[in-house]
Amino acid sequence: MSASAKEKDPFIASLGKIYAGYTGGFAVFVVILAILEQMGVPDRIIGYLFVFLTIGVYAYIGIISRTAVVAEYYVAGRRVPALYNGMATGSDWMSAASFIGMAGSLYALGYGGLAFILGWTGGYMLVAILLAPYLRKFGQYTVPDFLGARFGGNLARSLGVIVLLTASFVYVVAQIVGVGIITQRFLDVSFTMAVFLGLAGILVCSMLGGMRAVTWTQVAQYIILIIAYLIPAILMSVKVTGVPVPQLMYGIALERIEVFEAAFRAAGQTPPPGVTGFYTAPFVGANGQFSLSAMVNFFALVFCLMVGTAALPHILMRYFTTPSVREARQSVAWSLFFIFLLYFTAPAYAAFGKLEIYQTLIGSQIASLPDWVKNWQIVSPYGTPWINIVDVNRDGILQWGEFRIHPDVVVLATPEIAGLPYVIAGLVAAGGLAAALSTADGLLLALANALSHDVYYKMIDRNAPTARRLVISRVLLIFVAIIAAYTAGNMGADILFLVAWAFSIAAAGLFAALVMGVWYKRTTNIGACAGMAVGYIATFGYLIHTEFYGWHFIQLFGSKEAILAAARQVANLPMDAEIKAAAAAMVANAATVKDGALSFIGNIFGGLPTDTVALRGRLVARLWSINNISGGIIGVPLSFLTIWIVSMFTPAPSKAMQDFIEDIRIPKGGVRLADRAEAVD
Amino acid sequence: MPLVESGNEPASATEAAVDPATARAYWIKTSGLMWTVLAMWFVAGFGIHLFAVQLNPIHIFGFPLAYYFAAQGSLIIFVVGLFWFARRQNQIDEEHGVQED
Repeated sequence: MSASAKEKDPFIASLGKIYAGYTGGFAVFVVILAILEQMGVPDRIIGYLFVFLTIGVYAYIGIISRTAVVAEYYVAGRRVPALYNGMATGSDWMSAASFIGMAGSLYALGYGGLAFILGWTGGYMLVAILLAPYLRKFGQYTVPDFLGARFGGNLARSLGVIVLLTASFVYVVAQIVGVGIITQRFLDVSFTMAVFLGLAGILVCSMLGGMRAVTWTQVAQYIILIIAYLIPAILMSVKVTGVPVPQLMYGIALERIEVFEAAFRAAGQTPPPGVTGFYTAPFVGANGQFSLSAMVNFFALVFCLMVGTAALPHILMRYFTTPSVREARQSVAWSLFFIFLLYFTAPAYAAFGKLEIYQTLIGSQIASLPDWVKNWQIVSPYGTPWINIVDVNRDGILQWGEFRIHPDVVVLATPEIAGLPYVIAGLVAAGGLAAALSTADGLLLALANALSHDVYYKMIDRNAPTARRLVISRVLLIFVAIIAAYTAGNMGADILFLVAWAFSIAAAGLFAALVMGVWYKRTTNIGACAGMAVGYIATFGYLIHTEFYGWHFIQLFGSKEAILAAARQVANLPMDAEIKAAAAAMVANAATVKDGALSFIGNIFGGLPTDTVALRGRLVARLWSINNISGGIIGVPLSFLTIWIVSMFTPAPSKAMQDFIEDIRIPKGGVRLADRAEAVD
Repeated sequence: MPLVESGNEPASATEAAVDPATARAYWIKTSGLMWTVLAMWFVAGFGIHLFAVQLNPIHIFGFPLAYYFAAQGSLIIFVVGLFWFARRQNQIDEEHGVQED
């Protein structure tokens, strides 16, 4: 770094004061709203104030951070201190899925949901030891930049861009759905309308100031989201146990949940669909017995989420913004610390929420349920109400299996469930919004940068003046945002399911090439390109094939028993008439069904057959019983293997390239770029 | 072709910042640390949880032990491990004189 960065930058020096003042201001704001609520201001107004005022603050930061300098726009001038970059990464990282979805998944899946907690934290170890310091040393603007410089130009760069676009787009759609859910509930508008309102909030943050604006907004958003997550959890802990440390006290809640579940089972009740009846038991099937398939799926998901973490471009590019390699490493540790604060609270949130529902709702009269249940009985984009009370046995009393809450609203509704004041519900909504907006900002920026910097500038017009590059970047940002919002508004999908896809795609497409590029000098251009292509095609193809063409997949890979079982499932699913007819014919002539052509692959593992499940209104196939959200488990090893084998059989990289790798590995000094014409700007 | 207006971009080096012997020694140490932390990652991320079924009957403050590890114990190992890694790698940098100026 040159001398200018060494001197105390007055802005950087006063960051502590700025954000302390901001946090204090937010606290005062919450207190004022609490007082207003006591004075009888309607809930609706409180909700409006929370949503609009916080978005207003983000917009203000976005506008004052506007910039026309390329290094500021792409990497925030490389002067973000480790601690603040950690906070920014925290909110960049923690999306609607973490804030809204995760405690909900834990609520539904119990121990199985902990795969998300483990997977979304452990990946930072991989980031810190394998990638972040070396990418920072390389010192360019985007992840495809590194691939282009290390693997000989435009082919590697384009492959990187394709993986980045797919993973980030899938991810950003999930964020916009999250924004839509919150806005819909708290502003009382239609889902599509809510999506486009949220979009405006996202764009004002990122459009004018690029990475610089996004960084300082994300720090502000982290502060709000962590306060909004911790306060309700603390209040619930006090309510249930009398001690304000939810992370230590929810053991009591876990024990009581087990007692409730045992009592429900003893009374012959069953849990609602999609919810485990054995909350703390690891690796169990529906009947509470050990299930190998559940265990394999748990570890496969943990693996994909961890590796995906270390391959998502919007996260990796955050470490391009620190002043030094040393700070990049520290910054990863800070990032994980700030993420940890939320993640080790999430299981407490879920446990207290669940206990509250078991204690106060189950067994009560359906006619006299509290008001908040009615508030959440609005129809979700998935076609059913968020909270669905189905009196199966028509006795007017709510049983275990009759209270069906969508996982995505568990966090948003818990303050009301626990009878906390409405201002807490508004605070949680503001936090959820901050989480979704900050991640969407980071993702949109990664998408727009890939298109404007890597595609337009590096591949189409190398002589484009700065002003035009930045204008194009901004136009593309709006363009991508609108397409993402349109997709979100028209597609009903669970947030977590979409997000997990993004992780598998990024993991299989990018991780092997990035890691081998730094750690294995012998990696050749062709090897890396082949590895990226194989990983990406295998994983993305597998996801699409199993999710949307499950019927076809099982015909190919399934044994005759699996095909027959699938044919029986088809009868209860809204599917193509042609498939239904074929399936019905199969069930009628069960003796004539044959094994699939590739069933020898599908049945390699005895205890893990290839089968199908009815999910999301579709027939979803599972190779070796592995759910397709862990599709990366197939693509990641394939990608590593391809790179290694092809590199063995292609000429070793040039001397200049080997020097380039040497320089990336050592913090000191600049980077000798192998091909100056291609990579130096 | 100057594309970046601000003057604080790192200049491209034309020759190596350290001699090859130091670079090799440094890389061996760094790789060693990498494998250590990777092992830590594997044990905390996967190893412990392989025994979840056996650990869970043990309850501490109400927490079934395996549940506690997956929800909190492993996470603490990750966080502490990363701060330790950053410190240890800085020491290695300084021992070999390859830290940034």
